Amino acid sequence: MNLLADALSWLADPSHWQGSGGIPLRIGQHLLLTALALVIASIIALPAGALLGRTRSGGAVIGAVAGSARALSTIGVLTLVGLWLGIGIGPPLVALVVLAVPSLLAGAYSGVQSVSGEVTAASRAIGMSSAQVIRRVELPLALPVIVGGARAAALQVVATATLAAYTADVGLGRYLFTGLKTQDYGQMLAGSILVILLAIILELAFAALQRLAARHAAPHSTPALSSRRTSS
Amino acid sequence: MSWLAQNWEQVVSLAGDHLALSLPAIALSILVAVPLGRFAQRRPRLGGPLTSAAALLYAIPALPMLIVVPVLLGVPLRSNANMIITLAAYGTALLVRSVVDGFGSVDRTVRESATAIGYSPIGMFWRVDLPLALPVILAGVRVVTVSTISLATIGALVGIGNLGSLLTDGFQRGITSEVLVGILATAILALALDGLLLIVGRALAPWRRVRA
Amino acid sequence: MIEFDAVTKNYGDGRPAVADFSLTVPSRRITVFVGPSGCGKTTLLRMVNRMVSPSSGRVLIDGDDVAAQNPVALRRSIGYVLQNGGLLPHRTVAENVATVAILNGAGKREALGRSGEMLELVGLDPDLGRRYPAQLSGGQQQRVGVARALATDPNVLLMDEPFGAVDPLARRELQEELLRLQRELGKTILFVTHDIDEAFRLGNEVVVFRTDPARGGAIAQKGSPAEILSHPADGFVRSFIGATAGETPLSTREVDGRRVVFDPAGRPLGVIDS
Repeated sequence: MNLLADALSWLADPSHWQGSGGIPLRIGQHLLLTALALVIASIIALPAGALLGRTRSGGAVIGAVAGSARALSTIGVLTLVGLWLGIGIGPPLVALVVLAVPSLLAGAYSGVQSVSGEVTAASRAIGMSSAQVIRRVELPLALPVIVGGARAAALQVVATATLAAYTADVGLGRYLFTGLKTQDYGQMLAGSILVILLAIILELAFAALQRLAARHAAPHSTPALSSRRTSS
Repeated sequence: MSWLAQNWEQVVSLAGDHLALSLPAIALSILVAVPLGRFAQRRPRLGGPLTSAAALLYAIPALPMLIVVPVLLGVPLRSNANMIITLAAYGTALLVRSVVDGFGSVDRTVRESATAIGYSPIGMFWRVDLPLALPVILAGVRVVTVSTISLATIGALVGIGNLGSLLTDGFQRGITSEVLVGILATAILALALDGLLLIVGRALAPWRRVRA
Repeated sequence: MIEFDAVTKNYGDGRPAVADFSLTVPSRRITVFVGPSGCGKTTLLRMVNRMVSPSSGRVLIDGDDVAAQNPVALRRSIGYVLQNGGLLPHRTVAENVATVAILNGAGKREALGRSGEMLELVGLDPDLGRRYPAQLSGGQQQRVGVARALATDPNVLLMDEPFGAVDPLARRELQEELLRLQRELGKTILFVTHDIDEAFRLGNEVVVFRTDPARGGAIAQKGSPAEILSHPADGFVRSFIGATAGETPLSTREVDGRRVVFDPAGRPLGVIDS
């Protein structure tokens, strides 16, 4: 428990809350990096997955991609990209995007593909335009699974953003690595606690979002919710 | 890949260390998740919160977890025990869901019929529920296997030796081929075990391959 | 024989499935419970092998209260056939038939050998024993279900709408098989169905159930098929067996040299073949 006391006193130290290495700034960096990676990955993966899901083709390929992505070591991707693309925040961002894409792709594909062809055909038959079918029928019905994919991707990215501090000076991970190197275990534990809290908050937020989407898609029913993890 | 040719033995040795960490963790995950998942499936009221707790556990990033576990359980930071416990925690959290789904997938009529012809509760579990739930559970075990092997590389960041050491060493010394070998070796190991489990699964469930 | 002694079954919402129900099912005969859905006939059947426990009252087999026996041992001593066979999908047909024997400790080889005999008994090729249930047709699976139920030579056979899920042609064949088996084996059979034609074809004794809102399932009429057909007890039984009030006037007309029978609406029903 000495270690815990060290960590708490480290957190309580006001100097750690100010300045360029301060906690608020690092939290901000962490969140910004996460958000940026998710947005970019979404722009790449969601339309692609949705398109494939609509045509119901390439399911096996996507399954294989998601499965293989799980076998990729996150720290491996980070170090590789760091060596190839150099220092700075760019390389970790690229790595995070690469790691987030499979989950989002699989989620988009699965969600869109699960919308019954009969439902969309019926909607078109009663006179909805293509855009309306997408907006009012396919999107709401596919949303819970898509959000599930985003949830898995977000957790993956938050975790890897922590590791990104190994190759770049960004995010809460820096506390862990600095603490490790200088044997300042109080700092290391304090940083860990912060990251864990951040991850839990994000997980709860996404879970709530997914429940909301599910309720919107199927009011009065109790769908089984699962956030499918494609990579750690 | 001259680097690989020169350092082949080291890679093999690290692969061995990697398996020595991963395999016990996977086994532990199965031993804990199967009873836990079975319990959760039979008592949905307790089971719901249990699976939510598992999801939450899984949400915790790996490096912080590796740092916190020693504080909670008293194992040394750089020990194999720490790595195995952490990996097993993630594996369990991931597998519980599959176990619940697996036992839930057993046809009610089949269970009723088995009870009616005289299976005892224990016989029911080992001879009916488990074999029939196995395909789904095994799919979960495959995911856990791949995830665990990939995740174990993180241990290198705190000094636990495994294939991840190739990544940290390669990064620090700027040897790209070493990092590449690390990534590929991990991935190949993971996918090889995945393939093995796939074959085992097919062998264990011959009734799924036949069609009328 | 099977005896229901003042059996009541209450479910949560206060309305009983059956209330104060008493009946004796004679030995070595086929007794059919027939009635609309929800009349409690299946509930009563399932009390015999303790899949359901009565809220009050007793069920006795040959004088012994089933509640006093070990449920697992009891079930192994009774044959049970349900709709869709209930075969274990992960066991071969032969293993399925041999299940109870093996549970009782019989040697595997010996039990599987018996399976072959049982499959022949129900009119199946013993070679089918090596296949899995999924590879058999619905009718074949039902026969396997019957073979399994008979494998340990129980005195009592419980059959819960066993032929409901097969096509009419297969159903006829299965009914004929059952009658043939009964001629050979003489078991005490309790058979539940909602199909009155099946009840009349199979039953030595037919028990027609109605649903009473207050008392749950109750006997509307009990007797041999001929008795019930010739003297339906009341309007409910009459409409259930398909006879309208009074007699159904049928007419005949000669068509192409055969005498065809027509119903009141002029639809052909059959041909007179004296």
